Amino acid sequence: MMPERVLNAVVLAGLLAVPLWALVVDEPFTITLATRAVIFALAAVGLNIALGFGGLVSLGHAVFFGLGGYAMGILAHHAQTFTPLAEWPFLIEGTKSMPVIWLVAMLTSGVAALLIGLLSLRTTGVYFIMITLAFGQMFYYFAISWAAYGGEDGLSIYVRNDFPGLNTLVPIQFFGLCFALLCVALLFTALLARSPFGLALNAARQVPARVETVGLDPLRLKLVAFVISGVITGLAGALFADLNRFVSPTMFSWQMSGEIIIFIILGGTARLFGPVVGAVLFVTLEHFLGGLSDYWHIYLGALLLLIVLFARGGVIGLLAGRARLHD
Amino acid sequence: MSTILIIEQVLNGLQFGVMLFLMAAGLTLIFGVMGLINLAHGSLYMVGAFAAAAVAGLTGSFLLALVAAMAAAAMAGMLIETVVIRRLYATDHLDQVLATFALILIFSEGTRWIFGSFPLFLDIPDALSGPVTLPGGIEYPFYRLVLIGVGLAVAAGLTLLINRTRIGIQIRAGENDREMIAALGVDISRLYTLVFALGAALAGLAGALVGAIQSVQVGMGEPVLILAFVVIVIGGIGSIKGALVGALLVGLTDTLGGIFLPELFKLFMAPATASSAGSALASMAIYILMGVVLIWRPTGLYGARA
Repeated sequence: MMPERVLNAVVLAGLLAVPLWALVVDEPFTITLATRAVIFALAAVGLNIALGFGGLVSLGHAVFFGLGGYAMGILAHHAQTFTPLAEWPFLIEGTKSMPVIWLVAMLTSGVAALLIGLLSLRTTGVYFIMITLAFGQMFYYFAISWAAYGGEDGLSIYVRNDFPGLNTLVPIQFFGLCFALLCVALLFTALLARSPFGLALNAARQVPARVETVGLDPLRLKLVAFVISGVITGLAGALFADLNRFVSPTMFSWQMSGEIIIFIILGGTARLFGPVVGAVLFVTLEHFLGGLSDYWHIYLGALLLLIVLFARGGVIGLLAGRARLHD
Repeated sequence: MSTILIIEQVLNGLQFGVMLFLMAAGLTLIFGVMGLINLAHGSLYMVGAFAAAAVAGLTGSFLLALVAAMAAAAMAGMLIETVVIRRLYATDHLDQVLATFALILIFSEGTRWIFGSFPLFLDIPDALSGPVTLPGGIEYPFYRLVLIGVGLAVAAGLTLLINRTRIGIQIRAGENDREMIAALGVDISRLYTLVFALGAALAGLAGALVGAIQSVQVGMGEPVLILAFVVIVIGGIGSIKGALVGALLVGLTDTLGGIFLPELFKLFMAPATASSAGSALASMAIYILMGVVLIWRPTGLYGARA
């Protein structure tokens, strides 16, 4: 058993070392794979705030991932076709600037998370799971039927969007950008978990009645957590779309929501680095098992079953032991 | 817009609704009795459709195909219940979601492995194909009418089973207090397997019946599964009556919305914009319905508890 802190440092260092090694031996595809893992990790770090810390099993987080993707797709599409996004009530132009796109992606996801959260949090347990799943499907079908932005075919972007001072088309530079954002999100999550809000949220997950008696509103705590969670997953969606230079309704699909949960469970629920370990493991499995067999999802399913039935703490739980109650 | 079109669309909506009911009834029973959320229910629907297509291809008999669909789905259901699901009753919903999601992956890829990625086709038997003329001179496919009949018959049968038989008493008692009925000497784990197999058989039947009007392919179950969830949320978890009412509401809203919303929008928009805006809104109609029901009644129309 190694301390969780050491394990986290090893994971982070490894995640940085692999693409740097790939840069040296000139294997750009490995850098792309690492970027994919980092973006998935970011999406799952977002979900982990709702699922791990808030106890909200959202099976609809693909909504925010997809909204982030479409925020990027739509803005960049208008910029590359030189058409305005809207002319009334005032002129809105498309843009190729990443910071602006990220801001729009996070805002859109946040508003969507607020609305979905307000409705879904009226219920608990299994209703909540089904409703978030249903909202995900609603966005999926909406994206398919919205012909103006590609419908089922999605939107392609010719050139990756710009970030001041970087050439984002160079794989390692784009990786660095995503990696930096992941680190910021991890730091934010760590601070959040120790903040009064994080402690109250933790309590609201465990015993809502007691939280209420000390004068806090558990529903409001959960709603705020859900919105923060949606915002981070939305940012990951914008990055994912930029990585592929493509966005399509599959980003909204229920399988995507399921996969984001899988990242967390593979790594370990409510662990700071659980989503990171899980996403890295997933992308690695996807790459190697996918190369061995077309039916690699069977093995993924079997692995997932084994973890759920026999190894509740995920990989971090196996390596670092049970979560400490007071960290 | 003619009356004939409207009646046809209402019938289509009913047909869609009763097939959703077959899925939702199993899901709601399984949740009501065992407290389990089963994402793999859509896989059982797919298993039924594939079994029917395979048997119909071998024997040419549609009736045998339906029997095979129900048997295969019930057996698959019993298998996963005894091997996996049984271990999940005492765990939280997150574990149930993950384990049944894992089952979906295994079922879908396993089916793709055995049958390949191309869709199979299941033909409507000659005796049931072709249109019939309804009163008022409306021509409507006979098979779809049969589906409505089968769905309503199953609904009636289930209501009788739950309200009038010994098994039904045990099921209702299991929904209320499972420790107590175990203490009264009912073999609870056999009851659970039975309920699971019953739900699975209904899903398999739905898969086979719908497979004859759509194609039989991997992944066909999940969209229906999610709609069945919407049905249950609207109807209230654990209630067969709620499942029927919810299924018919969702079936009618989805079918009629797809036809009438674009027409409605054409009254005040350019035709091209109207049809795209209308169909986009129609695709969201049932979720809006769900949202409205939730605001009004968070536990669904006939749900007793949260």
